[in-house]
Amino acid sequence: MIMLTWLLRRDLLLAIRRKSDVLTTLFFFVIMVSLFPLGVGPEPQLLKAMGPGVLWVAALLASMLSLGRLFAADYADGTLEQMLLCPESLALIVLAKAAIHWLASELPLVLMAPLLGLQFGLSGDALWVLTLSLLLGTPVLSLVGAIGASLTLGLRGGGVLVSLLVLPLYIPVLIFGAGAVDASTSGLGAGGHLSILGALLVLALLATPKAVAAALRISLE
Amino acid sequence: MRGDSRLFSEVGFLLEPGGLLHVRGPNGSGKSSLLRMLCGLILPEAGEIRWNGVNIRHSHDYNRALTYLGHLNGIKEELSGLENLRINCGIAGFDIGEKTAIDALERIGLDGREHLPVNVLSQGQRRRVMLARLLVARTPLWILDEPLVALDADAIGLMRSLFELHLENGGMLILTTHQELEIAAGTTQEIRLSS
Amino acid sequence: MSKINLYKFASPATFYGLAGQMIPGFAILSAILFAIGLYISFFVAPTDAQQGEAYRIIFIHVPAAWMSMFIYVVMAVYAGVGLAFNTRLSAMMAQALAPTGALFAFIALFTGSFWGKPMWGTWWVWDARLTSQLILFFLYIGFISLQSAIDDPRRADRAGALIALVGVINVPIIYFSVKWWNTLHQGASISLTKAPSMAHTMLAGMLIMAIACWTYTIAVALSRVRLIILERERHSTWVSELLEDIK
Repeated sequence: MIMLTWLLRRDLLLAIRRKSDVLTTLFFFVIMVSLFPLGVGPEPQLLKAMGPGVLWVAALLASMLSLGRLFAADYADGTLEQMLLCPESLALIVLAKAAIHWLASELPLVLMAPLLGLQFGLSGDALWVLTLSLLLGTPVLSLVGAIGASLTLGLRGGGVLVSLLVLPLYIPVLIFGAGAVDASTSGLGAGGHLSILGALLVLALLATPKAVAAALRISLE
Repeated sequence: MRGDSRLFSEVGFLLEPGGLLHVRGPNGSGKSSLLRMLCGLILPEAGEIRWNGVNIRHSHDYNRALTYLGHLNGIKEELSGLENLRINCGIAGFDIGEKTAIDALERIGLDGREHLPVNVLSQGQRRRVMLARLLVARTPLWILDEPLVALDADAIGLMRSLFELHLENGGMLILTTHQELEIAAGTTQEIRLSS
Repeated sequence: MSKINLYKFASPATFYGLAGQMIPGFAILSAILFAIGLYISFFVAPTDAQQGEAYRIIFIHVPAAWMSMFIYVVMAVYAGVGLAFNTRLSAMMAQALAPTGALFAFIALFTGSFWGKPMWGTWWVWDARLTSQLILFFLYIGFISLQSAIDDPRRADRAGALIALVGVINVPIIYFSVKWWNTLHQGASISLTKAPSMAHTMLAGMLIMAIACWTYTIAVALSRVRLIILERERHSTWVSELLEDIK
């Protein structure tokens, strides 16, 4: 336990000292979302229909971009290696790192999303479901993305390769996330979608840390 | 194996308390790979590595008994020497108080620089932050890859006495170094790798 | 599959020879089966009441789709075995199967598109199966790209194995979610309506085509794995001797 607390302390300290990283992800999210109306025209009905999908895709892409910060820096300066030698279970360490990463990179998106949702004319209920779906879904994105990030450490091709690996795996989250908001808007109720998102989250929490740990060992050989 | 080529084969040794193992060989002969294999970071193609008779892959306390300092510094640039030392020890399982940490950093020659972010320190000074761990976090086995690089004569002298003290207390040391170093040890073994 | 047992115990050197002997047999078998299958699809199977002659493309589309999924599973099994038992040959087989699997996925997409065009007037339709097929294609491309981006063969094998296993676990999840998405949005769907009496010939045709594809896959994967073996074992004595003989 001591080890995890120190690890959490370090990552938190680093996140605070590297505020720019956090902000760039957020700004990317905002810009991406703003591009869509510029591309398809400002017609309110269209935007209202597109809104949930656009916000979800933008959150997904912003999340994917931030994956480069999950392990790469630690890999480069040797701290990742030390983590592999830590007596604590590597899966637990991965979970801790992913948690801080989510707090620093994805939580701001979740909080920002309702504001942006207003730009698309989404109703109060829809905004609430949107936020909830992102709250449940973005941790899954972080965890599943971590698999891609850990497999591609030190490789050329960088971000594009990670996207190729990770985007197909993101699709279920996207479908149920955006679907939840659509369901609530059309009056069907988002309960089903949100429960599935919850189930995906539990599955991700249980299964991905071990996979990421294995991937890290493979990449650091 | 590195890539398609075999780096070395038929390497074997037994290290006991007070024992020093010196791994020698030209660049590219696989010294670092051997050390990393001994840490458990690389799986051997054939053969086994055992700690107290148990294969390290199945041993839960091997990591607790080991301190490995490799080529990379293993420290964070944005944090200070003090923070780095306490965090690195913490992650290895040793909760070090601030006073102990500052003390260690002073002894290793970073007096007055403990609170500076590491990115303003020189290469040699960063190395010392990493090495300070050996002063405070005591594990039986030390595996060190080129620990004396970028250190001046004083620091090398300090490290040598540190190594000798460690061995005297029953610790074990495996290292690679290009320098000619006389370290008094219970038993000294050498492995020479060729390219 | 008895092949798995063989692969676990055979070294690359002996397998090289074994594969060489197996290839011609499978190639010929595949050619024969393709001939029979295509004959059935074009001449024997009756014309569909609703879709006319164009539906015949399913005799390529469906077997290709089946193969793309089957090969992915086989690939993942080989990769898993290679990861668990540290056997190089299993990993090489996974690497050899991937491009063929990707090819079948692409063919399934391509032919699926042609099938949809006469019915819907568009080249693409977000049908649940086609969309899942597209995602499966991406999974193949991901596997192949990851392996080619890693220089160290051992890391490439093991990283590829991990992503293949993660993919295989995710395929049901992805399929289920795409199906859900499709029904919810009441999307278009391509399917075949057939009277019971026609079912037999069509099924027979598709099965024969599927087996033809399977034997083709074996022949191609074996020749590809021979190349991979040569490349990876190029420093060993048996390969140098082999190349000497050729000279």
